[in-house]
Amino acid sequence: MSSLSTPYVEDRRGGLPRTLVWLGLAAAIGVVLFTVLGRFNSEYAYLAAYGVLQYVVLATGWNILGGYAGYVNFGAAGFYALGVYGSVFLYKLFPDLPVPVMVLVAAGVGALFGLGMGYLTLRLRGVFFSIGTLALSVILHTVIVNWEFVGGARGAYIIRPEDAPFFSSYAAYLCALMFVLAVIAVAIARTVQHSWLGRGLAAIRDDETAAECSGVASLKLKLAATSLSGAVLAMAGAPFPFFITYVDPATAFSLTVAVNTIAMPVIGGMATWIGPVVGAVLIGSLQQLATVTISSSANLLIVGLLLVVFTSIAPFGIMGLLSRRRTVR
Amino acid sequence: MSALAQTTNPLILDASGIVKRFGGFTALDGVDFTVRPGERVGLIGPNGSGKSTFVNCITGALVPEAGRVLFEGADITRLSAHRRARMGLARSFQIPRPFKGMTIRENIEIPLAFAAGETSRRKSAERAGEILHSVGLGPRAADLPASLSQVELRRLELGRALAANPRLLIADEAMAGLSDSEVDEILELLVRLNGEGIAVILIEHIMRAVTGFCERIVVLVAGKKIADGAAAEVMRHPDVERAYLGQ
Ligand SMILES: Nc1ncnc2c1ncn2[C@@H]1O[C@H](COP(=O)(O)OP(=O)(O)OP(=O)(O)O)[C@@H](O)[C@H]1O
Ligand SMILES: [Mg+2]
Repeated sequence: MSSLSTPYVEDRRGGLPRTLVWLGLAAAIGVVLFTVLGRFNSEYAYLAAYGVLQYVVLATGWNILGGYAGYVNFGAAGFYALGVYGSVFLYKLFPDLPVPVMVLVAAGVGALFGLGMGYLTLRLRGVFFSIGTLALSVILHTVIVNWEFVGGARGAYIIRPEDAPFFSSYAAYLCALMFVLAVIAVAIARTVQHSWLGRGLAAIRDDETAAECSGVASLKLKLAATSLSGAVLAMAGAPFPFFITYVDPATAFSLTVAVNTIAMPVIGGMATWIGPVVGAVLIGSLQQLATVTISSSANLLIVGLLLVVFTSIAPFGIMGLLSRRRTVR
Repeated sequence: MSALAQTTNPLILDASGIVKRFGGFTALDGVDFTVRPGERVGLIGPNGSGKSTFVNCITGALVPEAGRVLFEGADITRLSAHRRARMGLARSFQIPRPFKGMTIRENIEIPLAFAAGETSRRKSAERAGEILHSVGLGPRAADLPASLSQVELRRLELGRALAANPRLLIADEAMAGLSDSEVDEILELLVRLNGEGIAVILIEHIMRAVTGFCERIVVLVAGKKIADGAAAEVMRHPDVERAYLGQ
């Protein structure tokens, strides 16, 4: 197990060209997306795109633990809020710090929090683990509400720059940043899926006791998964204060974030990296559409109904419906 | 135990004074159990006598309240299950526990990679093919476990244990519920593995399998060892007849 990035030594050969193909594909999607957004050139278009991309990051990050290892983290909003408030905290100290730096800090803090959460809860299995993560999220919420430096219950205002170099607006810049984060998140999830880590996590998901007896160091692998997952989830929240310029605990720990982050991988399919992406793009777009045509309060209703439909008739999600081997990794 | 004694320990498994309690219930009450390299040992006892619990204490799924487990001279009493698997201690489960989302071949490749440390795709595929062939699952390599019959699932259990490259294999009721000819198939397989130098602990209710396969038999009743010796001797033991065969 010399290299974590690939399951077998032979796989290391030819890794670079494949990576370049994927990067090229991501760049092409980015160019198309931002050309279209440029045509609209409205704040709302960027807002909508930002929202969808943010969910790609959240769903993808959550799935590293929830989908690959089968450990359902109910505390996704907690990690997201960690990123949001990490930025608020840094902004209060260094108002001129570039947002990408804040994203990096959020990733580090998220990974540490994920590791800590893992140590506290990973010995619990199934629903007890999930309840543990929920409890940690509630504790974090209480801490933020009572922490005056980051605005406490009242919330905090952020004054963002008027514009960003190379971009038509600051919103366009943040949207592009979120696109890059989505690419990074997907790259991490895809790498994990095809690595030793992913194979071990799949064994843990199928049967943890049998995995241990097959030599899989389950606790170590699960801690790696919680850390990676936590890093990506927190990363997703870091640019948010600059996007809406005012945050309070209710927005950062919102039920919508908590529910969507779990629902999107479940609906898209949790076995591979592509499921959460499909789920996030589909449901995220649907919700944006509902927000303009009906009302934003329809969002949770939509995702709730879809969840009921999918968990009862298509437990392996959209990708499961498309795939011949239903639980294929 | 001195360093010298450790390196010259002639036993592959040396468990002594194993105690395991579930709440107020004592499932194992000071069990001693030894296995020599390459030996075939039977572990028998009525339902609920603690056989599977003993296996769990040996393989690391449970931690005993008291006692000590030595594997090839090293103290593994508190070692995690995956480390024991990597050291060469493998088991099959009484109720098959396949990795349901993986193909049969992938099921084999998990212990190949994680316990036996196989990092070459070519060698892993080769070895998985050999193992699947030896347990008679060659043609099923690309199938999912859900499509396997009961006897095939038992063979997968043994194949997966085998893939860990074990020095000691614990087969927990690998034959329960199988037909006579299927029992013979599994027995043949175990004989073959034993011929390759793997010590085997056979836990079984099917007496003809136990007496036919094992050189030595250990009898557990209500968490206590009541007999330990050559197969023929143990089967004649009056306590064994009364406690186990008599019922
Ligand atoms: N996790 C557990 N919690 C509580 N009691 C347990 C647990 N595991 C086993 N027991 C109890 O310990 C006793 C021994 O069980 P064990 O499974 O070891 O028996 P066994 O000899 O393997 O029986 P069988 O022949 O039916 O497989 C039983 O009374 C069982 O109910
Ligand atoms: Mg048993």
